[in-house]
Amino acid sequence: MSNVTGDIMASPVIDEVRQMQRRKRTIRKLASDASPWLATLGFFLIWELGCRLLNVPEFILPTPSASIAALIEFRDGIWLNASHTLLTTLIGFGLAVLFGAALGIVVGGSPMLYRALNPLLIGFNSIPKVAMVPILVLWFGIGTVPAVLTAFLVAFFPITVNVATGIVTMEPELRDVLRSLGASKADILLRVGLPRSMPYFFASLKIAITLAFVGAVISETVASNVGIGYLMMTASATFRVPLVFASLLVIAAMGVAMYAVAASLEWRYAGWATRGGAG
Amino acid sequence: MNSNSEQPTVENPHFVHVAGASLHYGEDGEGFLALRDLSLDIARGEFAAVVGPSGCGKSTLMKLISGLALRTAGEVVVDGVSVTKPLKTVGMAFQNPALLPWRTVLENVLLPIQVVRPHRSEYRYNKAPFVERAKALLAKVGLAGVEDRHGWELSGGMQQRVSLCRALIHEPEILLLDEPFGALDAFTREELWGVLQDLWIERRFTVLLVTHDLPEAVFLANRVHVISSRPGRVIYTVDIDLPRPRTLDVSFTPRFVDYVHDLRSHISKARQVI
Repeated sequence: MSNVTGDIMASPVIDEVRQMQRRKRTIRKLASDASPWLATLGFFLIWELGCRLLNVPEFILPTPSASIAALIEFRDGIWLNASHTLLTTLIGFGLAVLFGAALGIVVGGSPMLYRALNPLLIGFNSIPKVAMVPILVLWFGIGTVPAVLTAFLVAFFPITVNVATGIVTMEPELRDVLRSLGASKADILLRVGLPRSMPYFFASLKIAITLAFVGAVISETVASNVGIGYLMMTASATFRVPLVFASLLVIAAMGVAMYAVAASLEWRYAGWATRGGAG
Repeated sequence: MNSNSEQPTVENPHFVHVAGASLHYGEDGEGFLALRDLSLDIARGEFAAVVGPSGCGKSTLMKLISGLALRTAGEVVVDGVSVTKPLKTVGMAFQNPALLPWRTVLENVLLPIQVVRPHRSEYRYNKAPFVERAKALLAKVGLAGVEDRHGWELSGGMQQRVSLCRALIHEPEILLLDEPFGALDAFTREELWGVLQDLWIERRFTVLLVTHDLPEAVFLANRVHVISSRPGRVIYTVDIDLPRPRTLDVSFTPRFVDYVHDLRSHISKARQVI
């Protein structure tokens, strides 16, 4: 195509301008690709310099380099506890996905249930889950089970709300079209409701996975003898503050990684929702 | 697709029979009367249009006939059966094409096949004939080659064509159109009049077109009904006696303009009558 236009109006000035625009676009693309890394790097640089220039004592705010040194020094213990936390989180998150999506479908499919359960759901979600950990400990004892359940309790709500919203906001015209074809409620749900709620579902996964980490770590800090939350508590009790920050870095990294997984699933299975644009 | 076997039958002249129908929205005491004492007949294979001021219950009439809404009084009979629940094989298209964005154009057109009995079970075992049928229909409305695109990649006019194909793929006995071209620009609209007319001439399905565009009604319909403002009822009916296929040139002839003018004067009355 550029050939055709080139033949019609072969102008060296235009060609030069075009080339410059193309170069600019390439640079902008590179900058955009590098920006998340640069921003993260910048954050750590400011943190490092701030600590050094202001002479902040290590037991208040350690530098990132000290935290990373602690990360390397205690890598065995951190790995053991982090992998445990990751597993706990994923189990809780998995339960939240199953239960949250099922509840969302039921609630979204029935306006009656939607109205009936709404206050209960909102009320339940307003309870700080850290307040529920002692109850869970009372029921299941200290350890992994309360952490799994806390992760589950924190994470299922956004999934339920989003799936239900996706189903409820179906275009009335579409419902009419299907009903006048003799479609049953199940048909409408299967053909339109569920596919339509997919973008909502995957968007909620990104929120839910990070919340699941929060839930698991909270429970571990309060009532566990294993996991990254537990490690943080012991480290801060013994004033090994760089280790605390090393743990925080690990949690953040795991959160980013799982978010990326959820985002790639979203792009894969609900990419149509972005209408072919950049997802 | 066997259009040659689909001759308009005469044994049931009133395919759609609405007599004295009223519809009241909301509970007694509150709500409002959308339709009052509305009577309307549509013969099998007829192209009927309903025009009226906005908010006169045109769309409600459509819901009444399709069974999506139930009358509070009167009679609604389709194909000899009193309508008490949604009909099962209606074709519908609206101002909003309402295509499913996760489906390709072809999959959108095939949606009714996956829902309507008995097609749905046949489709499960043998998709090819239905795919062929959908492709042929898309080609007929000028959409050959876009089967695998998504609706949102197409222009508004093309989306509306897809919507028309979806409404017709299962060969419904009645096609209900609720201002299907209302959101399109004038040129696209006129083009789609031609597309719809060609389909109708070939297949002779029964159509009820709801519109507020008077030239559209005159161009397409055999008979146009004017509905008064709420509560709506038919206050004027006129047969459009223009030869088919009608072309755009016809819409500039005195006879065409007379029909539009005549309808316009009744709309003015309809807006006053309460």
